[in-house]
Amino acid sequence: MTERPSNAAGSPAELAAALRSTGYLADDGLATAAFLAMQMNRPLFCEGEPGTGKTALAQALAQVLDAELIRLQCHDGIDASQALYDWDFPRQLLHLRALEAAASATGETLDADAVEASLYDPRFLLARPILRALQTSPSVLLIDEIDRADDEFEAFLLEVLTEHAVSIPEVGEIRAKEPPLVVLTSNRTREVHDALKRRCLYLWLDHPDLQREIQILHSRLPGVPERLAAQVAGAVRKLRQLDLLKPPGVAETIDWARALQLVGARHLDVDAAAATLGAVLKYREDADRIRVQLDTLLAS
Amino acid sequence: MGPTLTPQATDPLPGLVGFTVVLRNAGLAITTDRVVAFLSALDALDVTDRTHTYWAGRLTLCSDPDDLPRYDQAFAGWFEPGQGGRTQVRDERPPPPPRLAALTPEEAEGGEEGSDSPQIHARASGTEILRHRDLGELTPAEREHLRRLMALLRPQLPTRASRRLRPSTHGSTDPGRTLRAALRNHGELRELRRRDRSRRARRVVLLLDVSGSMEPYADALLRFAHVVVRRGPASVEAFTLGTRLTRVTRELRMRDPERALAAAAKAIPDWSGGTRLGEVLRAFVDRWGQRGAARRAVVVVFSDGWERGETDVLREQMSRLRRLAHRVIWVNPHVGKDGYAPVQGGIVAALPFLDELLAGHSLATLERLLEVVRDA
Repeated sequence: MTERPSNAAGSPAELAAALRSTGYLADDGLATAAFLAMQMNRPLFCEGEPGTGKTALAQALAQVLDAELIRLQCHDGIDASQALYDWDFPRQLLHLRALEAAASATGETLDADAVEASLYDPRFLLARPILRALQTSPSVLLIDEIDRADDEFEAFLLEVLTEHAVSIPEVGEIRAKEPPLVVLTSNRTREVHDALKRRCLYLWLDHPDLQREIQILHSRLPGVPERLAAQVAGAVRKLRQLDLLKPPGVAETIDWARALQLVGARHLDVDAAAATLGAVLKYREDADRIRVQLDTLLAS
Repeated sequence: MGPTLTPQATDPLPGLVGFTVVLRNAGLAITTDRVVAFLSALDALDVTDRTHTYWAGRLTLCSDPDDLPRYDQAFAGWFEPGQGGRTQVRDERPPPPPRLAALTPEEAEGGEEGSDSPQIHARASGTEILRHRDLGELTPAEREHLRRLMALLRPQLPTRASRRLRPSTHGSTDPGRTLRAALRNHGELRELRRRDRSRRARRVVLLLDVSGSMEPYADALLRFAHVVVRRGPASVEAFTLGTRLTRVTRELRMRDPERALAAAAKAIPDWSGGTRLGEVLRAFVDRWGQRGAARRAVVVVFSDGWERGETDVLREQMSRLRRLAHRVIWVNPHVGKDGYAPVQGGIVAALPFLDELLAGHSLATLERLLEVVRDA
């Protein structure tokens, strides 16, 4: 097991405290997961409903470790040249023309091998997120929404994540001095291959409980009144049980409280809720359904 | 920090490994490297602390939200003596229904008399007739024959344009390959290399109704789904609809049809029960469809459209599915029969949202379905 730098916490509880100081409230499981990811040098695979704070966890960890956060957003058809590295072809071509022009001016003949070698100089190498994370230390590599990429890309990640090195034919192997802390997120739109999960720590994130959600509101929006925070968290909790097309996540809770603050609401009543419903419900069908039963939702 | 564990023994290792065995019996995919990860996680934590032990195991031994309740149960049974000691957590789903056995070969078709050419001719036309026979009315021998015919199907799956660029003779210029070609001529640009979008598999989702009214067809359709899933394991998803939604893709990926079908049957808890199509479809769209499985996919629903619940729900869910999917195809075994009219509540509700309504009662009609899917 390799040692992490001294600023890493010595126990999950210490890490939770450090995360709390950045405004991210971690429960036992999350703190243990992040702690183990650092201690065991394993990627952390975070899965859960959208809006449960998967991406925010990577940001908070980067802050705690005082590391650079490098983000790779996955999408359909993403390949190695978008994730790892690419050559800067226009600049290589320009360089080639410059060499030729210089040679014809002085009348020398060019050595093809030397010319080619000069073209594959690291200065023409465009480092994409994964290579950048290997070259930067300390760093937190966030591979966001891995479920959007396809199987081939997963297979390619396996190699990089276990070796912490990439080999570039023209340059050679580039190995991380200190492996980046890797956080993968998935919204579970597709099943990720077990081979990838096996190399990671698996963290399933649920919506937080009422008390924690109120704490999150206070930590993210310091000015929010006590009563408003409790009402918003309570109402969102009820919304999540109503079988909506898109149940609100923590991000929506924060958005809603912020929107209510902006319209000057001191507490949550039917008018204020109706005016700001767009911050928390993102489907017309959901909004139509809830609008007519706002008073029962806000009762108690 | 939680309460401390009662010491299992002086050496905690047998107890911890024993716990992983219990989990494996409960159906979790525990591999040796997972056990090693579990132990090294505990190495970094406090093994005598209950919360630490719980999370070390949960983070290293689980890999799916469905694993979590089974893990919790096993953990409580193993580490909490007050709860009746080391109870075993078993896979509690009912054993596979025996009716699948009726489909497996009975070796009953060796009894052909003679083997000269008229016989061969008879077999050939028999195949042709069988292709058009109703799947729900076959004799065991015919089923066995059909099983072989199914295995011969070679479905072609639909494709879509990809974002990835591949070397090609037309399309936009490829700077990398152009430059490399130029280098071979000391930097002289002689020709432009080009690249173009490739084609990729389009997702296909099969939704099989396994309720009582579809029972005569369920086996054959599951077999058909197996053939399609095997053809594109990464791009085809299969679910069964009954009183609940069950994903059977993983089971159907097994190479051997008999093992795959047995595994799928084991996974389906509500074989030939009732159906609430609308509700189950909602479960599909919520849990899988909206998140990605149905997005821009070809969705094929195999159902007779018998809906006991309100058709409002079905209508609403079909309209959601319609907005997500690339094509929605409904296969109803009764469509191919004389005098069929789409009057059942379910079909009437679904009809406005369909691209195609096909018969699926015979091998020939399933072949026709494959063509429609390929061209979707």
